[in-house]
Amino acid sequence: MTGGQSIAALDRRGFLQMAAAATGVGTLAAARGGQAAATPKGLIDVNTYLSRWPLRRLPGGDTTDLVSRLRRHGVVQTWVGSLDGLLHRDMAAVNARLADECRRYGDGLLVPFGSVNPKLPDWQDDLRRCVEEHRMPGIRLHPNYHGYTLDDPDFVRLLRLAVEHSLIVQLALIMEDERTMHPLLRVEPTSVTGLPGLLKQTPGLRIVLLNSQRVLSGRALAGLIAAGGVYVEIAMLEGVGGVANLLAQVPLSRVLFGSFTPLFYFESALLKLQESPLSDEQLGAIRCENARRLLAKNR
Amino acid sequence: MVMTTDKFEIWDVHTHLSGVPGDTPEARLGKLLEYADRLGIARLCVFMGMSWSEDPSPETMRRDNDEVLRALRHFPDRAFGFVYLNPKHTQASLDELNRCVRDGPMIGVKLWVAQHCNAPTLDPIVERATELKAPVLQHCWLKITGNLPGESTPRDVAELAARHPDATIICAHTGGDWERGIRTIRPYPHVYAEICGGDPTAGFTEMAVRELGAERVLYGSDAGGRSFASQLAKVLGADISAPAKRLILAGNAKRILQPILREKGIHL
Repeated sequence: MTGGQSIAALDRRGFLQMAAAATGVGTLAAARGGQAAATPKGLIDVNTYLSRWPLRRLPGGDTTDLVSRLRRHGVVQTWVGSLDGLLHRDMAAVNARLADECRRYGDGLLVPFGSVNPKLPDWQDDLRRCVEEHRMPGIRLHPNYHGYTLDDPDFVRLLRLAVEHSLIVQLALIMEDERTMHPLLRVEPTSVTGLPGLLKQTPGLRIVLLNSQRVLSGRALAGLIAAGGVYVEIAMLEGVGGVANLLAQVPLSRVLFGSFTPLFYFESALLKLQESPLSDEQLGAIRCENARRLLAKNR
Repeated sequence: MVMTTDKFEIWDVHTHLSGVPGDTPEARLGKLLEYADRLGIARLCVFMGMSWSEDPSPETMRRDNDEVLRALRHFPDRAFGFVYLNPKHTQASLDELNRCVRDGPMIGVKLWVAQHCNAPTLDPIVERATELKAPVLQHCWLKITGNLPGESTPRDVAELAARHPDATIICAHTGGDWERGIRTIRPYPHVYAEICGGDPTAGFTEMAVRELGAERVLYGSDAGGRSFASQLAKVLGADISAPAKRLILAGNAKRILQPILREKGIHL
């Protein structure tokens, strides 16, 4: 995957400089201690999407625009799914378009994570194409939009196949605040009850929970992470000092950088790293090292 | 000296003493300011006590406001207070308004979910606040999952605004469902869209600026329950001009609050 091997841990000065550049907060870093300039290193954003959100046009909704925005913020790699994967039934076409977009734009910035709906007939062929035709390192699942729970036997089969093919499984628990959903598109959050059991039954499974913090935190999250290869990202992490609070609950090695762009303002995730007092080691791990290590297991 | 960035001064018009660690009000406000400092936020408006009551009695209102007053005494150059009132207890609210704003250091009114804000019981409170040049910040959500019994909607705010054209009304959260909220408050130029408390959904601030003008949009965070970062991103990440960001991040708040601050001898 492009960029992954060349990414070095970002030191604090570099991060502050990048955050300031990215957010327009000027010399904030200097205001806090007059740090000298440092060369910004990369970010790996594990939670982005291509294509159209059905309910509004989004800034960065166009692939060229998205690539430009991510690059401006120092993103060197992003794991990208397709918003088409939520409601479309022709998943083969969804994934072909995603793979094509990722090839055509960004010079390797965009790493496609295909959609698989295990409730569609012959979903196994969608998975096969993700692996054999598109060479995707992982898949992104939306169980709540596809109408199944995590105890569904088809989901269990899908997880086993994912392990066989060394795929990272991204599980998006929610896509938007349930309080403000469109009345005709109300979707309950995906419940992860039963996931610890599945992790035990499926050795080698690597799951990245996307948009999980709203529905999963504290002991429940810590327990789930302790049960197996579960990772979380920070797009929907809230509360002051949220990242530091999260690190008090879960191991650093399981926390990834995710922005949920273009649905969320990218700066939200970036500024969260600034809001919490984090060591250079913590920043480097969250910004890129953990994701790079996770993806390297595919090789 | 208050901390500002070179590019933007930032005032946060919506913070709380909850969701942040600390055994005392001042410890919590101090912690909140530590996080604010990391993001270059100069001033915080804080309201409600260490524990919240949806329908506070007069005694609870007083306790909550005393906690904020206590916290403010430790950080007079960094934080302002809004008095928390319950319109169901109109006279007690007027007394508390006089105690905390007219005779005390507070500079605004916070109304939450005790009663829909289109109720006539709000009228004397809003009139008194307007006399004191204090803005009224009204919590406002429109939830497809169902509002709390006394929780105001943008429509309620619009009705209140129509009755009080001279008041300064802040529509907190812009109704949560901001695409409806913005449209609902649009006809009322004295109603401000305050963008805190919801997800950092892209497009929110762009629509608010397009439909209301940047002069009617205010940055707030709802910290500590929300992250300063996620809410600040709504402005810093928006595709709007730098002057518009400047207004939203501090310019509008300073303009709105300047009259009452001047009365209290605070010159910006």
